Amino acid sequence: MLASQDKNTEYEENTTTETKKTGDSVYKVDQLNLWYGEDQALKNIELDIPEREVTAIIGPSGCGKSTFIKTLNRLTEMIPSVKTSGGIYYRSQDIFDKKYKVEQLRTKVGMVFQNPNPFPKSIYENIVYGPKIHGIKDKKVLDEIVESSLKGAALWEEVKDDLKRNAFGLSGGQQQRLCIARCLAIEPDVLLMDEPTSALDPISTLKIEELVQELKKNYSIIIVTHNMQQAGRISDNTAFFLNGEVVEYDRTDKIFSSPDDKRTEDYISGRFG
Amino acid sequence: MKEVSQETTPGAQTQHLSAPSNLPKREWKNRVFKTIFATAVGFSLLMLLILIIRIITQGIGSLDWQLFTNFASRHPEQAGLKAPLIGTIWMMALTAPISFVLGVGTAIYLEEYAKPNRFTALIQTNISNLAGVPSVVFGLLGLTLFVRELALGRSLIAGALTMSLLILPIIVVSTQEALRAVPSELKQASYAMGATTWQTIFKVVLPASVPGILTGTILALSRAIGETAPLIMIGALTYIAFLPESIMSQFTVMPIQIFNWTNRPQEEFHMVAAAGIIILLVMLLLMNSIAVWIRNKFQRRF
Repeated sequence: MLASQDKNTEYEENTTTETKKTGDSVYKVDQLNLWYGEDQALKNIELDIPEREVTAIIGPSGCGKSTFIKTLNRLTEMIPSVKTSGGIYYRSQDIFDKKYKVEQLRTKVGMVFQNPNPFPKSIYENIVYGPKIHGIKDKKVLDEIVESSLKGAALWEEVKDDLKRNAFGLSGGQQQRLCIARCLAIEPDVLLMDEPTSALDPISTLKIEELVQELKKNYSIIIVTHNMQQAGRISDNTAFFLNGEVVEYDRTDKIFSSPDDKRTEDYISGRFG
Repeated sequence: MKEVSQETTPGAQTQHLSAPSNLPKREWKNRVFKTIFATAVGFSLLMLLILIIRIITQGIGSLDWQLFTNFASRHPEQAGLKAPLIGTIWMMALTAPISFVLGVGTAIYLEEYAKPNRFTALIQTNISNLAGVPSVVFGLLGLTLFVRELALGRSLIAGALTMSLLILPIIVVSTQEALRAVPSELKQASYAMGATTWQTIFKVVLPASVPGILTGTILALSRAIGETAPLIMIGALTYIAFLPESIMSQFTVMPIQIFNWTNRPQEEFHMVAAAGIIILLVMLLLMNSIAVWIRNKFQRRF
């Protein structure tokens, strides 16, 4: 409910342009199809994802929303049977281009997973993992990154006294914020969040939601959520997925107040899913 | 998952499962199976106990310092294990690095790099099959390939290479299992930050799987320490009165010497053989303890 205040002010700025394509888009998805072996999981996805806004992806289980978000940083490639067709353009760059390195893409596009997955290392080591693999060795620089990332993820005050503590000692909510901080440490442009609060209690969920509102000032955020109320609270745009297709994609207030498609309305009002 | 409507109210469980009539029968079955399994354990323990008692009663008399300092001899009271003991240590020192590098390398490639297709499936099946090939066959391979073709002769290195081949499948399979046990969420977290496969392996996968890999390797080596057949095939000597000087030296190992002694007609040699077995068992026990220690020391929870 705290978030809705923010959202309203945000909308007042945006209502001047009626279309959803305000500003530049970070991602353009063009005719994306994806198969797991013989099963088609994504069908002709067309989406433009605007920068520095929160785009929520909602839909019932198995509708392809997690698959879709993992395609955006090509993490679906870890599953051997996956085949894709069509294009995804990140800042006009074709991410499936053979010459475009997937490591380069993933440096720009951070990801937060459903279950908090910190490394079995200290808090400090978790944060510096990304910077280190990209070649930063200077202790001073790393220290600064740790502090700014933890502050960015609203975790600094809780852990600053003992950064050498094992990350597994943190609570679930703290671990998830640590994972967000770990992403921020590589200074990404986009944050992908795959149901980041589904394993958390309500208070931790609220903290993450507030954090998302804070982060969208500097990052473009795409969040998959199972929770419609959450999408309504924190997102600017919402895409409704059903059976691998985008049924409707529009400003969140439009989707939640007067959706064009009957199926969207049924899902939003809780008649299925 | 969260918003699945909570329609099942607490009072919904109305089935009556009170006093089922077949309970005595189920309890009886449970007891029968418990007895069968307990008997199996008891049998193995009994056999082990008999083995140990027999070896110790027979060998303890011959177990003295002389055993470590003397070479083999025609006279049982002077016979020692110096050459085979040093030979076995050489053997392990050579086999361990060769089989570790080849085995762990293969496992990492198959698990982390190779795309699963028919070819890798074929390799996988063959590795599992190789683990079941009799050791004599590996001895033949060693004889043809290392002793003759590569002209290494009946040397330590030829023996070590043969031994490495023998235990390679075990190391590959156990390493693969250790690698598979690393939660994929951790790998994904690393990949999602732009890490390369090697960075992910080195910084995430290996630290988490080291206990499993080392345990598997040590257990494989302790199998190698007791192997006789392949080394007899490649022509390790049964009687030598010198120590190996380089990897090209001829050699013998503990199990060959023990086998040789037990083949002699004189009762006294059997006693020396029993003493040799005690030493071999102690070495095995030491290696397995190291494996357990490593596993406990590096154990991480996820």
